[in-house]
Amino acid sequence: MSLAELEIPLKTKPVGEAPVIEMEAVDKEFILGGAFLNQTFLKALSGVSLQLYRGKALALVGESGSGKSTCARMLARAYEPTGGAIRFHGEDISQFKGQRLQRYRAEVQMVFQDPFGSLNPTQGIGYHLERPLRLHRPDLRGRAAIEAEMLSLLESVGLRPAADYLKRRPHELSGGQRQRVAIARALSVQPHVLLADEPTSMLDVSVRLGILNLLEDLKQQRQLAALYITHDIATARYFAEEAAVMYAGHIVEQGPSQEITDNPRHPYTQLLIEAVPNPHRKMGVVPGRRATDIPLRTRSSRGCPFVSRCPKATSICSEAMPDPITVGPGHTARCHHV
Amino acid sequence: MADVTHTPSMTLLDRLDEAAIASAAPSQTELMRELRIKGRPGWTSNLPPSLAAFVTNPKGMTGVIVLLGLILFSLLGPVFSEYNPQRRAGKPHVAPSYEHVMGTTRMGKDVYTQLAYGSRTSLAVGFGAGLAAALIGLAVGISAGYFGGRIDDVLTFLVNVVLVLPGLPLIIVIASLVDSAGPLVIGIVLALTGWGWSARTIRTQTMSLRTREFILAAELMGERKWRIILKEIFPNMLSFFMGGLVLGTISAILAEAALSFIGLGDPNAVTWGTMLYWAQNNMALQVGAWWEIWPPAIAIMLTGAALVMINFAVDEITNPQLKASRKIGRIRRFLARRGRSADVF
Amino acid sequence: MYSDRVLMQVRNLTVDYVGDHSVARAVNGIDFDIREGEAFGLAGESGCGKSTVAFALARLTRLPGLVSGGEVRLNGEDVLKFDKARLKAYRWNEVSFVFQSAMNALNPVIPVSEQIMDVIETHQPDLGAEGARKRAVELFDLVGIPSKRLDDYPHQFSGGMRQRICIAIALALQPRLIIMDEPTTALDVVVQRDIIEQIVELKGRLGFSVLFITHDLGLMIEFCDRIGVMYSGELVEVAPAETILTDPRHPYTRALGNSFPPLTGPRLRMEGIPGTPPDLRALPQGCRFAPRCPHAMDICRSVAPELRAYPELRSEAACHLLN
Repeated sequence: MSLAELEIPLKTKPVGEAPVIEMEAVDKEFILGGAFLNQTFLKALSGVSLQLYRGKALALVGESGSGKSTCARMLARAYEPTGGAIRFHGEDISQFKGQRLQRYRAEVQMVFQDPFGSLNPTQGIGYHLERPLRLHRPDLRGRAAIEAEMLSLLESVGLRPAADYLKRRPHELSGGQRQRVAIARALSVQPHVLLADEPTSMLDVSVRLGILNLLEDLKQQRQLAALYITHDIATARYFAEEAAVMYAGHIVEQGPSQEITDNPRHPYTQLLIEAVPNPHRKMGVVPGRRATDIPLRTRSSRGCPFVSRCPKATSICSEAMPDPITVGPGHTARCHHV
Repeated sequence: MADVTHTPSMTLLDRLDEAAIASAAPSQTELMRELRIKGRPGWTSNLPPSLAAFVTNPKGMTGVIVLLGLILFSLLGPVFSEYNPQRRAGKPHVAPSYEHVMGTTRMGKDVYTQLAYGSRTSLAVGFGAGLAAALIGLAVGISAGYFGGRIDDVLTFLVNVVLVLPGLPLIIVIASLVDSAGPLVIGIVLALTGWGWSARTIRTQTMSLRTREFILAAELMGERKWRIILKEIFPNMLSFFMGGLVLGTISAILAEAALSFIGLGDPNAVTWGTMLYWAQNNMALQVGAWWEIWPPAIAIMLTGAALVMINFAVDEITNPQLKASRKIGRIRRFLARRGRSADVF
Repeated sequence: MYSDRVLMQVRNLTVDYVGDHSVARAVNGIDFDIREGEAFGLAGESGCGKSTVAFALARLTRLPGLVSGGEVRLNGEDVLKFDKARLKAYRWNEVSFVFQSAMNALNPVIPVSEQIMDVIETHQPDLGAEGARKRAVELFDLVGIPSKRLDDYPHQFSGGMRQRICIAIALALQPRLIIMDEPTTALDVVVQRDIIEQIVELKGRLGFSVLFITHDLGLMIEFCDRIGVMYSGELVEVAPAETILTDPRHPYTRALGNSFPPLTGPRLRMEGIPGTPPDLRALPQGCRFAPRCPHAMDICRSVAPELRAYPELRSEAACHLLN
């Protein structure tokens, strides 16, 4: 049996369709410390704008400290933006209160990185699926309806025989199975948006594709708007049609994922692609290149954050953050020297 | 279970020489026999795993049995005595005999009766204060850990105050302010001063648990905060709560005994501590009336020991490394037989 | 690049995990060689036993793990039979290790210089404090950290630099073999590349061998000379790195190689390996990979294949399909 080869359809954005959810020039600051009146603020996000469309996936690629997880948490309303706005179907989500907020919880759902950490070790799988159904699915009346829905959810994420899994505890399942449970939980409330925060980085290599393929199928079947966060640009290209590369809280390059990996224009993207393990070349030594830390941005930071590591940096780069420049169809990069 | 042993490959003779073949490991069944590991006994597998682990733990079960024995004694012991613990029952300082199984005190009261009735009070105060302290500690700890911010600041300040105040002297001061404090008052004071350590441990655990993603998942699902505390956080906290309960009880029993011993309790009450007080007062040891001192002393020691063993068992169950170390002896012998020593134990 | 002289021979190594009511055989009688100056990789997924092998070679097997059989030969001596005194001479002088969270295992309240000197003075006491300090300075130079930072505390360094410090500590007494268990997994990809390149450079200069363990097969192929692929406690294939990539012999190796989405070419749907590795307490009869193997034959389900050499490919594989 040979590997099924299906060209993944590259649908172009339907003209005029509005995004399901978007971030508009969002800033986010966290307090780092210091006394009253003299506090330092960490600027985790600076002017981030992105849009998620129905049935499409956007990959957010970056290393630790880039701000990609913060974006997801802000879309899930775990934090409030310090600047800019987040709009769901046009409405500003920070205005949501009470019942509207509770409904929002079901409209935007998240799958986390650690398959073990995202499940309560003292509760069975059935509990993890029952709670969301009880909270957000008043259409399911009675014990029987809820149980039927739980079984159907488990089957839709590939856990069969579903009845077996209900009673089990998380530690009895493998990493891949736990992640499927987490996906089932997220889907149980019929969300519009699915935020996947590094869903496969803690899984075995052979299991990752299974999970990504599952997410792809569910995304298409249910027309979800998906955000896929990863540090692995290869899986970003595999799973998502669009990709945005983040560095120190800024989106530095954005466009179709295939275009970004074939033709990276921002120096950071180029560095990232060159650093990814590539078995087709033998390890050579490039002397003198030493990676430094991703800088911490504060309120007073100016200019491009990549300036300390960029081979093309000039004086203008330390003074002003470049605006997005179009370098291809739907492909932008924020660099003065692109 | 399929017995899978690697058979040496004859196609690669140069790789597996005799020495390598000779050093081959025994098969899994042989290994189990050598280390004396039996297959799972039937009945415990029907219990939830943590309970099953506790029941098969020798330390834990010894502690539980001793404790149950003491509780039974406190409930049924008085039945076997026709004497009144607070009245003269015979001549003073009678050695253990047929009428007075444990002898009599200086005042002529029957020691066995006092011990039996006294254990009711001592255990009640101990468990009561221990439980109350553990519950207060739980409530404060979880709230401080989960809510954070201003609430955490206030509660941590309270916890630090309670921890910093020197326990016994504070209890002495309070007890002396309340005239002669009966066991109930002592119990209340112990509960109000003993919750600090428990609160701090639980707060730390809650804070570390709070960063786990299943809590965030519950919050993003719109679960109410009280539900999260009750059903998500607390079940993960059980072993710490149990530990706090056990240690709180031990310290409450000892503190009650100590307070009564130095005369701050109600001298007319009958507890193990007051028994010791009177024995001390009446110079029982110097007079040679060992039976007035030893029974309450042994009772206190037994209770403490039993509780500590239960705590050990809980620790062992929650820490798999501790559990495995029970087989160290057999593993060392296994290695010694092969001319090897342990790596790291 | 590397000689054909064998530095360490692992023969029939078996490691069990002792439970309350059962024994799980995590490593089932594996054999492989590490040559001088070579980077040998052990690839496989979680539960295959590769980390267990690393710990066994370093004599760091902790309960409930138990090395129940086999030999690990270094210069003709069996490392598994070393007593405490011989072990002390063995550790760090002949074999040292770098583990995944080593950078977090540095003591946060002790300056780094003291921690390095501690290791040196423990395993080579005749150097003395001054000699140890001098060596520490040399080591910092070796890994490219300015020696004026020698007395800083671990938290003052980034994650990547801390891992480099751990590598420096591993090199302190010029060992012949360094065992690295997922040394860069917790690091970002750019830092990872830096560190791996640094290791390659040092290896070329100083001539030590490396036992490199990671789940990232792509990185392993780039870095290692020979690779052993483990599945469920057994070695299923041992071959030069290029051969693993271009001509894998075992179905598992092939499937693993196909689990990495490419960075170029058309976006095609790929399949991973369905199913999960077997429970070590209830192993299938015959080949352990047979339940998930697309080419499984009847014989695969009854007879376990042995690791055989195929000299024309300079590789070894355990699969009935090849016979």
